[in-house]
Amino acid sequence: MSGAGRFSVLALPALVLGAVLIGLWQALVDGFGIKSWILSSPSEIWRQLTSLFNGIVIATTHTGLNAIVGLVVGVVVALLLAGLCTRLRLLGHAVTPVVGALAAVPIVCTAPLFLFMYGLTSSTPRRAVVAIAAFVPVYLNTIRGLSEMSTVHAELMRSLAADRMQVLRIIRFPGALPHFCTGLRIAASLAVISAVVSEYFGGLQNGLGYFISDQAHNTNYPAAWAAVLAAVVLGLIFFAGAVLIERVLLERRVTTAS
Amino acid sequence: MTFSGRRGTVQALQEIDLSVAAGEFVALIGPSGCGKSTLLRIIADLQVPSSGTVTVAGKSAAQARLDQEYGFAFQQAGLLDWRTVRANIELPLQLHGVDGDARRRRVSELLGLVGLEDFAEHRPPQLSGGMQQRVAIARALAEKPALLLMDEPFGALDEMTRERMQDELVRITDETGAAVLFVTHSIPEAVFLADRVVVMSPRPGRISQVVEIGLGERNADTREAHEFYAAITTVREALRGRLGKGDGDGDGDGALVDSREAL
Repeated sequence: MSGAGRFSVLALPALVLGAVLIGLWQALVDGFGIKSWILSSPSEIWRQLTSLFNGIVIATTHTGLNAIVGLVVGVVVALLLAGLCTRLRLLGHAVTPVVGALAAVPIVCTAPLFLFMYGLTSSTPRRAVVAIAAFVPVYLNTIRGLSEMSTVHAELMRSLAADRMQVLRIIRFPGALPHFCTGLRIAASLAVISAVVSEYFGGLQNGLGYFISDQAHNTNYPAAWAAVLAAVVLGLIFFAGAVLIERVLLERRVTTAS
Repeated sequence: MTFSGRRGTVQALQEIDLSVAAGEFVALIGPSGCGKSTLLRIIADLQVPSSGTVTVAGKSAAQARLDQEYGFAFQQAGLLDWRTVRANIELPLQLHGVDGDARRRRVSELLGLVGLEDFAEHRPPQLSGGMQQRVAIARALAEKPALLLMDEPFGALDEMTRERMQDELVRITDETGAAVLFVTHSIPEAVFLADRVVVMSPRPGRISQVVEIGLGERNADTREAHEFYAAITTVREALRGRLGKGDGDGDGDGALVDSREAL
């Protein structure tokens, strides 16, 4: 299918539905004269978005920076630990269940703790929250990918007298790559959520989360919604980035044969 | 058991005495649970016998594995899906540090040998089951082993593909001169391929009979030949004879069903 054809099949229905819903929303607010503190209309939100555009962009940049720094730290630590736990099995048996338990904890709940423990005037506590949130799915998916090896591949490598490092490099790492990418996609979304939500508990007043809660406090709901829209865009950018990395990695995996 | 490869003998399993000459094709056949795969895997040092010692090509099985005295083809092709056909065949050479130029030359030869020149850059999921098995065989042959161990490599293929693969294997072993130890459930397959069919029976796994197959050079007419059917009958009777004397609890049913199916 051509690019345009694919687009019209995959994206067009969703775009049309979105446009219809926004139109209905606007008609509802206009038709019943609903006040903006009950339900803001799309046009009002758009107006706030354009008039506060620079401020929203700056806030988005701050939050995005926290998210990306935390994400990178979380991913790097997750990969190092997963690699180490694959080498040292006993360590893996100890670490993996603990991280699994951590997965059940809503990490953003710890944001106020980090904030007061590590400083109200720094971005570090927020980045730490993001890093932990991102670490969990990347570690768990990667460790699963690394430990999953089919019997036939294990026996093949044994019959070929391959050593452990060769098995790791030739079977386990490439085999774990799709799992890692799945973890990365989850982590990318979690990173943005954690970065925004961790701003709701005070501290530096420079990001999107603060912007949203501040505007909401001042009952400027359309402006708060405009910032929410920015958070959605930020989330999409992170997700798209993760998908792009996945494509590149899996594409390269095919050609890095020798 | 004594098993002689080109460069020596193998001691494996009790009560079994068998030697395979250079370039000879030996098929192991028997009902499920008769230990034919286990025997193969012990020879390949994929499994360690609970007692006794094994020697392959004058070395312990472990040493023979480390020295890559054999190539192994599994029932599942066991290809790496993310690698191209070329890179899959190249794997043993890559593992053992063969340099790039020699590698490329050898892979080209092997692609020609198994007739997959046009598929060198394809990935395994794009290939049919028979083609995947051919890649696996090429991989097993990459380092020109004198011995090829094959564990029901065509077991998952349909009958027509299977016969074509058998023809291919006959040609390949003719060209490479490798000795083959071939585990199968199929009587016609064993008869068509092998110089000798080793019939095994279960509990404990042992050789019940060795059938010499004197069909000479295999070709398109072999499967139609009277001698072919006669040999099949001999092997089937060897399998059944064992059943008649056996413990009668239905152990060997698998083999009979298999053999009927295969015909």
